[in-house]
Amino acid sequence: MTDLADLTIAQAGSGLRSGEFTAVDLLAAVERRAAVTEAHLHAYLTLDRSGARTAAEAADAALATGDPRPLLGIPIALKDNMVTRGVETTASSQILAGWKPPYDGTAAIRLKEAGAVIVGKTNLDEFAMGSSTENSAYGPTRNPWNTNTVPGGSSGGSAAAVAVGSALGAFGSDTGGSIRQPASLTGTVGAKPTYGLVSRYGLIAFASSLDQIGPIARTVPDAAALLEAVVGWDPMDATSYNGDLPAIAKSLDTGVAGLRIGVVTELSGEGIDPEVLEATMRIVDQLSNAGADVVEISLPAIEYALSAYYLIAPAECSANLARFDGVRYGLRVDGATTEEMMAKTRAEGFGPEVTRRILLGTYALSAGYYDAFYGQAQRVRTLLRNDFASAYGRVDVLVSPTSPTTAFEVGAKTADPLTMYFADICTIATNLAGDPAISVPIGLDDAGLPIGFQIMAPALGEEVMFRVAAEVERLAAFTERPRLATSKVVAP
Amino acid sequence: MPADIDIERVAHLARIALTDDERALYGEQLAHIIEHAERVQALPTEGVEPTSHPLPMVNAFRPDVVTESLRREDALAGAPDTQNGYYRVPKILDES
Repeated sequence: MTDLADLTIAQAGSGLRSGEFTAVDLLAAVERRAAVTEAHLHAYLTLDRSGARTAAEAADAALATGDPRPLLGIPIALKDNMVTRGVETTASSQILAGWKPPYDGTAAIRLKEAGAVIVGKTNLDEFAMGSSTENSAYGPTRNPWNTNTVPGGSSGGSAAAVAVGSALGAFGSDTGGSIRQPASLTGTVGAKPTYGLVSRYGLIAFASSLDQIGPIARTVPDAAALLEAVVGWDPMDATSYNGDLPAIAKSLDTGVAGLRIGVVTELSGEGIDPEVLEATMRIVDQLSNAGADVVEISLPAIEYALSAYYLIAPAECSANLARFDGVRYGLRVDGATTEEMMAKTRAEGFGPEVTRRILLGTYALSAGYYDAFYGQAQRVRTLLRNDFASAYGRVDVLVSPTSPTTAFEVGAKTADPLTMYFADICTIATNLAGDPAISVPIGLDDAGLPIGFQIMAPALGEEVMFRVAAEVERLAAFTERPRLATSKVVAP
Repeated sequence: MPADIDIERVAHLARIALTDDERALYGEQLAHIIEHAERVQALPTEGVEPTSHPLPMVNAFRPDVVTESLRREDALAGAPDTQNGYYRVPKILDES
């Protein structure tokens, strides 16, 4: 019999509703998987056993009455920068060690209302700043396909948990690629929705004009189901979108015949690993054979996206992280005056990458540099949006690799911050534009590491984005699982 | 523009106490990152409006309805130091 931890959300949902097993059984299977894999992965920072148990029992009671909600009883994980009432939330920072939030974020509230079982909180790069989950104050997460490599980041814990079955689905946050890149490196599906589609209330802020919560799952339909549970206007987030919602899962079975697909020139040549590029182009050919009209599209301003991002994101982070000052929550290091206490607390509480970005942002916003750096980066952002707008006048979606390489070795990029920043070269532009994008696994490289394929769509274009993603998933027929998920006995 | 970063001033503005070694390290790394970020200045942007937010939204309103707010003891529960229902901090002004 299949281990319940290996089911997709759709399969688990039908098993629960037909009474094959209970939500308590399903949770037990997932927690058993965590017990076997966590020593190797460190995907979780906190497992909320009692909260999960209570939610699973409540789900079983609801299932007995014929309650049809699709996420009822499904064990999911939340990235630890999503606040959860009474459950420790640290954003992987020492400065928030031990903090138990007095409230739930909107995404957590909606998932609880949907009947999902929140298994625990997953590891991330501190305050979501990083591309490898190595910048966690509580130690790195490893990639289940090869534990000498990183799972990507910053949502590396969520991606690793889903890849290995210690959650059936998870949520992360994506500021420059932090959902899609780890999904790519772990062979999972990860989606960043249109900016404003999911409320940011209760997401510990990194860069407010870029941050967006989104799902990580084993399949495209599962990712769509997770996303549908959390979208929608929220009065607690002034940037929340208040219009008609896209029909996310409506066209999953429609196929791509007649669709116009653009291959981004700047993301399909230099700087992309040849194996990744070859796999990407193979899928592009298959999409063409499946009836799509494929053209090449150039987005000239994309060459400047990374530079603009590393001014805008640090600038916003330096403002957002001012709230960690040793007064209202978290760490305090004593000082003779309040100012000295704050400076010492922040020196002790923030890790190197967070400190670097706060300093960088402070510099970019300081008198005399504001317009040359932040102002100019915002104008480049406009040019990039214009490029995208003109591209979407000609095609329905754009495609590229998600990550320029497959998973890299632990420690390979930690010495030079800029090298790490280049890991997000394919994902950053859509954050600056505010558009949705998704990564779908399409195969393994020669080293046995997953390759991800990115589909980008115009703002609120989730329906066509998921439609193409579902077709890519069918064409790639990627069914392999990481060894850690399938071995019965795991050597330490 | 060459990256001449007064790291001591920046660290003071950011309220982060750095050691001498950290000042040297971050100063060097920041100069390196800024050098790359400065590439944005190569693009001609005269007359281009800056984008501060991806959605063209102004004035987000919500219904003016009274709701429960956070209880004081909950708001204070995570604080490092409190007194009589307030946050407590070291002295703020230099004169005693």
